[in-house]
Amino acid sequence: MSLLGVERVSKRFGGLTAVSDVNLTVETGEIHCLIGPNGAGKSTLFKLIVGIYPPTSGSIRFGDAEITRERPYARVQRGMSIKMQAPSVFKELPVRQNIHVALQQQRSGADLADEQDRLLVLLGLKDDADKPAGVLAHGQQQWLEIGMALALQPKLLLLDEPTAGMSPEETYRTGELIKSLNSGGMTIIVVEHDMTFVRQIAQRVTVLHLGKVFAHGLLEEIIRDPAVAEIYLGKQHNA
Amino acid sequence: MAFLAVLAMALAYPIFADSYDVGNFSYFLIWIFMALGLSLIWGYGGMLSFGQTFFFGIAGYSYGVLAIIMGGGTATMLALALSVLIAALAAAVLGYFMIWGRIGGVFFGIVTLAATLSLAFFLGQTAGPEWHIGAARLNGFNGMKGMDPLTVGDIYIEGTILYYVMISLILIVYLGLRILVNSSIGNVIVAMREDPLRAEMLGYDVRKYQLLTFAVGSGLAGLSGALYTSWGQFITPSSIGLPAAAMPIVWVAFSGRSDLTATLVGSFLLLFGFQTITIYSQQAALVLMGALLLATVMVMPQGFVFGISQLASRHWKRRAALKKPRDSDRDERSQTSGS
Repeated sequence: MSLLGVERVSKRFGGLTAVSDVNLTVETGEIHCLIGPNGAGKSTLFKLIVGIYPPTSGSIRFGDAEITRERPYARVQRGMSIKMQAPSVFKELPVRQNIHVALQQQRSGADLADEQDRLLVLLGLKDDADKPAGVLAHGQQQWLEIGMALALQPKLLLLDEPTAGMSPEETYRTGELIKSLNSGGMTIIVVEHDMTFVRQIAQRVTVLHLGKVFAHGLLEEIIRDPAVAEIYLGKQHNA
Repeated sequence: MAFLAVLAMALAYPIFADSYDVGNFSYFLIWIFMALGLSLIWGYGGMLSFGQTFFFGIAGYSYGVLAIIMGGGTATMLALALSVLIAALAAAVLGYFMIWGRIGGVFFGIVTLAATLSLAFFLGQTAGPEWHIGAARLNGFNGMKGMDPLTVGDIYIEGTILYYVMISLILIVYLGLRILVNSSIGNVIVAMREDPLRAEMLGYDVRKYQLLTFAVGSGLAGLSGALYTSWGQFITPSSIGLPAAAMPIVWVAFSGRSDLTATLVGSFLLLFGFQTITIYSQQAALVLMGALLLATVMVMPQGFVFGISQLASRHWKRRAALKKPRDSDRDERSQTSGS
């Protein structure tokens, strides 16, 4: 059985249909990229998956559990974790405490302190550990949020534009981190615009356009699809 | 060290002061619990509550009713415990409907203020003889009276004994809150103030933490209310209404809402100042409170006591940092002259 099943999910905001009749299946252990032009409904679909928005219709399954009406915290407790599009960290709290709050559900004492230090080193934030998170650069805040998501040791990690605001080196490092997490067994869904980054990490790709699934399949197939190139990849692909 | 020095001074105070001043100090200390509770709800939990005097009133009237119908004496201790529990339960019920109903931000303040004003107006129209619970008459705007103060056996808890009870209770509550805010629960409370959605996305049901924070903080307002009724052996609706409801906001905002110690110190100083000025003019004292709130919002939004202590701390650190190189220069010079 797949890890995540999104079946015929729609989300309407008044007269606007942001997501329409979307089906998405994510297998255990894959890196799945969601791509599409601005306004395609990618971030809305993420928010539906983690429960920030309730769907107008359709159903969502995680493992063998029906989670369509579950609150976000319950989905996180089942093993989901998300890094949102805009950096979402506790800005007035020190970097160390941001990680601590994420870790304290599963660890305590020396074990927590060791894992906290390991994550701070992994994220390159060891020297900034006592600064308020709000003073970090945009890219560092992205890393911190990724670290908080990782601290939960999720089965399914959702990353919404994880490299926004990062330098090319940081972007490459993020890609390598995602691949190493995946090789450790973590299933990952990534929303991303940067096609170089998508090529670095993706195994399967779903293309959204105007709130609907436009295409899905292996990365190589999607890149070769002229219809996809026309609606989205055109400029970047030819560049 | 400073904490122990202040505690020692507080414990020694009745030895040097006359009984009238000790009684006044006890009166100031009554309100500290309400201020600490608001610091927890607003400063740590991020929920601006105008409901502190609502729960103050519920517990104050509950103590009065219970002390009368249970016959006074040592039963007043039970009346105190029950009235605080009633206030905390009332907070849990009101909080449940607000938090599960997704009332947040400024609307949290509006709903709690509406509840406070409703209770004050309701109690204000209970002057008729039909408004009684057992032998306890509510008495409308004139207020309820006739209850015993806290009593153990034949000993009334008043004067110097009350002062030491207050100091002990403040110590217990302050340390208890310190333990709470430094615990893993406290980490979540602060995190949900910063970003409730992110806290939820870390797997915390923030509603439960908000409810806990609100119930504990409001229960402390209840403790103030019950102690107030016991201290004065009366309570009136004016101790709940709008001017009274605004006071805890001023104390906590001026002191530094996100710091329990600043709230403790600042609230005491303000209560002392307010009481001193009230002797000459109550209106002037109220105007001063309003001016202090305005000054806090415009000049030091994090609170004056907290802000000044932060500035002082930074100043001393800078001085210490400047002193170190000078010391090392002196060492170098002495070595050079020695060689």
